[in-house]
Amino acid sequence: MELYETMVLSRYLDQRVWLLNRQGKAAIAASAQGHEATQVACIEATDPSKDHYLIYYRQFTAMLALGTEPEELLRGFLAKADDPMSAARQFPLHGAHPRVDLFNFSNVIATQLPQAAGVALADKLNKRDAVTVVFFGDGASSQGDTHEAMNFAAVHKLPVIFFCENNRYAISVPMEKQMGIESLSSRAAAYGFPGVQIDGTDVSAVHEAMTAAVERARNGEGPTLIEVMVERLLPHTTDDDHTRYRSSEDIEQMNDRDPVKIMSEKLIEHGLISKEQDEAIHASAQQRVNQATDAVEAEPYPEADLMYLHVTEGSGEVK
Amino acid sequence: MPELSVIEAVRETMRSEMRRDSSIILMGEDVGHRGGVFLASDGFVDEFGEDRVIDTPLAESSICGVALGAAVNGMRPIAEIQFADFVWPAINQLVGEAARVRYGTNGVKTAPMTVRVPYGGGVRGGLYHSQSIEVLFAHTPGLSVVAPATPYDAKGLLTTALRSNDPVIVLEHKRTYRLAKGEVPEEEYSIPIGQAEVKREGSDISLVTYGLMLHYSLQAAEMAVGQGIDVEVVDLRTLRPIDAKTIIESVSKTGKALIVQEDTTAISVSSEVAAIIGENCFFDLDGPITRLGPPEIPPMPFSPVQEAAFMPSPEKIFDAIVRLAAI
Repeated sequence: MELYETMVLSRYLDQRVWLLNRQGKAAIAASAQGHEATQVACIEATDPSKDHYLIYYRQFTAMLALGTEPEELLRGFLAKADDPMSAARQFPLHGAHPRVDLFNFSNVIATQLPQAAGVALADKLNKRDAVTVVFFGDGASSQGDTHEAMNFAAVHKLPVIFFCENNRYAISVPMEKQMGIESLSSRAAAYGFPGVQIDGTDVSAVHEAMTAAVERARNGEGPTLIEVMVERLLPHTTDDDHTRYRSSEDIEQMNDRDPVKIMSEKLIEHGLISKEQDEAIHASAQQRVNQATDAVEAEPYPEADLMYLHVTEGSGEVK
Repeated sequence: MPELSVIEAVRETMRSEMRRDSSIILMGEDVGHRGGVFLASDGFVDEFGEDRVIDTPLAESSICGVALGAAVNGMRPIAEIQFADFVWPAINQLVGEAARVRYGTNGVKTAPMTVRVPYGGGVRGGLYHSQSIEVLFAHTPGLSVVAPATPYDAKGLLTTALRSNDPVIVLEHKRTYRLAKGEVPEEEYSIPIGQAEVKREGSDISLVTYGLMLHYSLQAAEMAVGQGIDVEVVDLRTLRPIDAKTIIESVSKTGKALIVQEDTTAISVSSEVAAIIGENCFFDLDGPITRLGPPEIPPMPFSPVQEAAFMPSPEKIFDAIVRLAAI
């Protein structure tokens, strides 16, 4: 139920930033629409008080599940002074969060995978009970850094989970042009650790796979590759048009795999919530997003002089 | 005070710093039982164990990417790149990632890591064991780049790098590893990043250089004494940030500047030094800012004849000194 609320909140917030983009207020947005179920299920299996999360640009829902507030995300999209991730130096959702250990340094695809192995190595050397989850898409799987990271993590049996959200498109390039195999997860065998492919609209299946991977990592048995099959319901970003490369049948069919719709139907079917309660969840999410938008839109941009801070230790500070 | 070579100074500094600080780990190709191809970590695996002295797979991007991840999670890794020529696969993790961690997170995360990079030629290394790779790093805000030329400076600057809270690229010239010897105090000391040093005082010409070329330049300066030319030799020691103050003070005094480097000159450290002098010493100059470097061909030929023709030498530097002094 709580997971579903996060999914719905994420959906409304996501729709809002696209709207803000069309209004000329948000320079760019990538969407998590279609990825919501898999992200809440993944986070639910971990412990944000001690685990580490190396996210990528489509981790809208995961960030909400990790306890960041809609206002905080909106500050990133609207490039406001109090953006907690990077003080509006970076694209939305990039930087590091001061409360939860989630970070995303770069727009260069797959750089986070070797870094995740390093984070996990530090935990292993210090005998800390922490798991590192690193998120990436199918596009990142082609990068050499992905191979190097998985190989290194396997050699050292690191407590890291490689979590691939496979939406079948690297911007416009479909899976069959990215790889000669059916499932990315099959590559795990070549590194010597388990790999599973899961339906990313199925919250319980993702949660179950993650729980097993987390337990394996905490027991010192090493990494796991989890490939979740999801739909990217919107184009790659606000600057993309997927009708240029996706067939109309493909676009029509993907809506059957909308995880918010699937979850809603399941919850109602099993009598866990009523139709009225579902409507109330939607209304409350919309209200929360409206409230956050109004508040953040009124906030200032960072002062120009602040761009000199934090190049190296002490740089740009007024002496 | 014991006399050490550069490689011995590097080894002893890493050893004493690793004894002092258990968060320092060393990772790279063959750094374990082999002790590194230059023996920089000879005996380390026996003293510190395989957890802290990590033989990595042969993959430079992950050597630096994993070091970066460990650095943001509380460690102080030393990533050893076996030869500078092999650093290119790791460039993105250094220039694209490590350099921007503090800035891109508004100070929430930092990357206290040291990357040791044996570089430079004159060692019959051919095209892929001779390269000078400093320009790209020295161009990058967020990185510090040091290039110690003497055992004393190697200890002082490596100590600073290992205690820095930001990424530092330490360039160690391979030819100096065993060639350059000097007294090194046993006690701890550090040399601040960004401080050049006048290695030889003089009044006629300021010769600005770094790395192996410091030693060749000092020899050339002694040769020039016979011609009645008094050369001041400025060792940059740090390539980012460059110590403009020391350069300006020296050139303002002598009125003539010769910049010597082993790297090809176009768009390089010597370009930057020349710009600093041009911008700040215009009214003090008694001659053209002069640069000496190798020809604009890919460094550097394997053939001994061509390698010698490519490399600046004490004789070539001496000739440049005499020509500039005559103006």
